[in-house]
Amino acid sequence: MEPLEEFRQEVRTWIDENCPPGMRLPQDGVEGPAWGSPEFDQAADVWRVRMSEKGWTCPTWPVAFGGGGLDADHTKILQQEMGRIGTSNPVMSFGTHMLGPVLLEYASDEQKKRFLPDITAGNVVWAQGYSEPGSGSDLASLQTRAIRDGDEFVINGQKIWTTNADQADWMFCLVRTDPEAPKHEGISFILFDLKSDGVTIAPIELISGRSEFCEVFFDSVRARADNLVGNPGDGWTIAKRLLQHERSMISGTGGGGGRSRQRPQREEPAHPIRSLADLALPYIGEENGKLADPFIRARATQAEMDNICLGLTARRTSEESRKAKGPGNASSMFKWYATELNKRREELKMDFRGSQALGWDGDGFTQPELQSTRQWLRSKGNSIEGGTSEVQMNVIAKRVLGLPD
Amino acid sequence: MALVLTEEQQILQKTAQDFIAANAPLTQLRKLRDSNDDLGFSRELWKEMAQLGWVGLAEEEAYGGSGLGAAELGILFEECGRTLAATPLLSTAVLGAGCIRRGGSSELKSEILPAAASGDKLLALALDEGPRFSPYSIATTATATDNGFKVSGRKAFVLDGHTADHLVVVARSSGASGDRDGLTLLLVDRAAPGLKIQRTTMIDTRNAAIVELAEVAVPASRVLGEVGHGANILDLVLETATACLCAEMLGAMSYSFDTTVSYLKTREQFGVKIGSFQGLKHRAAHMFAELELARSISLEVLRAIDENGNDVPTLVSVAKARCSDAANLLSREMLQMHGGIGMTDEADIGFFLKRAQVTEQTLGNGDYHRDRFASLQGY
Repeated sequence: MEPLEEFRQEVRTWIDENCPPGMRLPQDGVEGPAWGSPEFDQAADVWRVRMSEKGWTCPTWPVAFGGGGLDADHTKILQQEMGRIGTSNPVMSFGTHMLGPVLLEYASDEQKKRFLPDITAGNVVWAQGYSEPGSGSDLASLQTRAIRDGDEFVINGQKIWTTNADQADWMFCLVRTDPEAPKHEGISFILFDLKSDGVTIAPIELISGRSEFCEVFFDSVRARADNLVGNPGDGWTIAKRLLQHERSMISGTGGGGGRSRQRPQREEPAHPIRSLADLALPYIGEENGKLADPFIRARATQAEMDNICLGLTARRTSEESRKAKGPGNASSMFKWYATELNKRREELKMDFRGSQALGWDGDGFTQPELQSTRQWLRSKGNSIEGGTSEVQMNVIAKRVLGLPD
Repeated sequence: MALVLTEEQQILQKTAQDFIAANAPLTQLRKLRDSNDDLGFSRELWKEMAQLGWVGLAEEEAYGGSGLGAAELGILFEECGRTLAATPLLSTAVLGAGCIRRGGSSELKSEILPAAASGDKLLALALDEGPRFSPYSIATTATATDNGFKVSGRKAFVLDGHTADHLVVVARSSGASGDRDGLTLLLVDRAAPGLKIQRTTMIDTRNAAIVELAEVAVPASRVLGEVGHGANILDLVLETATACLCAEMLGAMSYSFDTTVSYLKTREQFGVKIGSFQGLKHRAAHMFAELELARSISLEVLRAIDENGNDVPTLVSVAKARCSDAANLLSREMLQMHGGIGMTDEADIGFFLKRAQVTEQTLGNGDYHRDRFASLQGY
């Protein structure tokens, strides 16, 4: 592979020439188009197309499937150079972070060719058909049925907590293909178009007032049989693998995050840039250069320290497992710890804002105040979605520590 | 720098692990305690460690050392921590030699440092005066005389003070207690007239002493660094010492954790292994996470010291706060999960609990470092 320093130069030049204003931090004080405006969306599309043509939306994937074919060191340089001008990967989705990695591992070459390039290009938005009303933490008890009928499977049942299903194009879905087999062995992993006949999607309003999750109903939905990944009955193995990728993703972002086809997530960076103390200062004030409330000061300190230690642990783990393929058991620790930490941060932000944190809408509150309150409500789901904290701890106890059942 | 060990470091780790397991197992500490040993450590073990080059590991080669860094020192401390090996490594190699290396004249360095690295001379830092760590709260006075200083005051919790051949005394030559300015470091010989050293018996069976100084004369040639600016040296030495102590705590924590998890897998009650109870599983998972976080920050701070990072003070405080909290959690959980056996002196659990408590308080406890972190961050 190309020497690292030459590659860095090449990347730097290419990004400088190709990354549109608006997709990067303001240059020379000139702001790009406002987030959400038509000009912004246009710039986002340009960036997405250019990046995916280079294969750099999924830099480590093979070139044959739309990836960049880069190793870890080259990928790191690419990320560093994007970070240098404050831009980000325009295609970060369930497809790139969850489905793609398991397709690379378990799908046939024909399936990889059919599905992966549309993921790297951001052409198809994927939804995750996992949870059901009766199958949350005990996911393997799922009941959605798929019955073989010639070249197709016929699917009946219901999924819930499907992130952004109303905006998605396709679904990767866990279905029961063999009801006689033990519960973990009768499950299969299948892909189908959400525009198929018999699919009904209904958004769920959350306590935060938002509706990022949906219920999805299947009434004799027909899926091509060659869209089943691996063998019938392999579904649980693939599902668990995918959950490891999901947990890494959630712990990295502190919350769901399925679709960002059109927008780099500049508004909510993975790690909050402003310190808790900065945010608290206007509400708390200071005495002798210290936050005036010693208890808030102590809680902010603890949260900042925990964040530093967690970040270092993520770095250490990735260094340790660079040679191993895919995330290891420690991903359970990150998901659990990061989401609990995020909840603590949100609680602290509520507490130091006092009654200014209690507004729901309208006058009397700033936009950041209203958003932060909604974020606090939303954060409660962090330790439930993608495996509850309690399940994560069971996983650590069993897989990492080897404690008996 | 990476948070994983290099090949050379792995070799050092393996060598240290084998050596400590064979020569300084926990039974040695128990024996030192039960025999009321005068020294409180094994002189023989110390000489062997010196011969292996470990006492002078981070010493400059010109002064008989190996010229390695904090990362390598940390490896030794971690391995010593696993068996609670009682040695004067922190007091001599890090605290004492650190001050002399940074502040001594070349004559002084030639006189002391090679002898320290060879295991022949022991050193100590006489800093604390009150029960809580507060490095600038110094009332011990250094009064100028014709050819040096007269030092008077009382020092407490002087690690390995009663065995030290030379003590680095932190005294005040100007200003008021609490000021960073006005501190002066002076090297005092144990035989100096007016010096009284009294060993204290501590819960962890390790050595500490009360040191009283009554007009102890110190020649100007034995002042370390600039008069009144001792804090410049002291701060740096304390950062490294705290990072090394964190590594020791990490070793003790790892051992506590491994032992506890093994016990959960073997002890049976109600006809099943107690590790099958979710009430214990979740607590074990919590311990695992705390240990992982403590390990990451402990490694990072040692590397930051070697790289002279300007975030060293911040990272040191993060590390000591985390390690103090984690050591507290793991040692207490170790006892609770072992049940009644954990309360007996026959089991080793009490040794880990007691050492955890001492290391928590040494060089600033969790609260001290949380306060310091916030102040360093500007709030």
